[in-house]
Amino acid sequence: MGAPTDRTGSDLTPAERDKIFQRELVTLIPHLRAFARTLTGDATQADDLAQDAMIKAWDARNSFQLGTNMKAWTFMILRNQFYSDKRRSWRSTQLDQEAAERTLVAVDDPEAPVALDELRLAMGMLPDEQREALILVGAGGFAYEEAADICGCAVGTVKSRVSRARKALQGILETGDYDRDGGQAGDAMRSILADAERLSAAR
Amino acid sequence: MEERRKGTAPLDEARLRQRAIGVKLRQIFDEVVNEPVPDEFLDILRQADKKAGEG
Repeated sequence: MGAPTDRTGSDLTPAERDKIFQRELVTLIPHLRAFARTLTGDATQADDLAQDAMIKAWDARNSFQLGTNMKAWTFMILRNQFYSDKRRSWRSTQLDQEAAERTLVAVDDPEAPVALDELRLAMGMLPDEQREALILVGAGGFAYEEAADICGCAVGTVKSRVSRARKALQGILETGDYDRDGGQAGDAMRSILADAERLSAAR
Repeated sequence: MEERRKGTAPLDEARLRQRAIGVKLRQIFDEVVNEPVPDEFLDILRQADKKAGEG
């Protein structure tokens, strides 16, 4: 990303600074959407959440130091928004079964491998804090330390959440212990394995 | 590509499964990252920018 000279932005006018901030924020939108989608499991809810986070980030732009990690900063904003929305209106403990079903239906590519849906469903069964830790580290490309900053917890806590999430996912996928008609136990894991091999062979 | 040992040691098998789950997880995430961004997002930012310009 090409901020001209001073990455801290100290010699910029507010308007110039806003420009640079906004340009970087725009590049992060796809990642915010993805984080929101994997957190909520619902495309519409996710885009609302991502938009709220984007506005919050824009409004708080003067508290952000240009040149530091904007991705981690915006992810933290989105995550905080997610939990405050959730406290307000959602059931806080159980899986939101309806959202999980909508997600299943929302996959519009009929050719998409079944295993993706099953992993999505299985993700939906994880406790929030395990799911977010796994997403940040396993898909978002964050180091454990960054994930810990985003979640406001210790690095060791993130590590143990990620490891518990991985074990739980594997267990769910192997026993077929997600809510779905038909589908044989073990099929999900098998098709995920086959798919991963196909993907890595294609590389 | 790494050699896979014969006789499926449980540890290797578990690693293989974890890696497969990891690959899928990234795929799910990247799928969304690669979607075109809905216009709404940019509209909202443009509006916010205009407001900032006026303020």
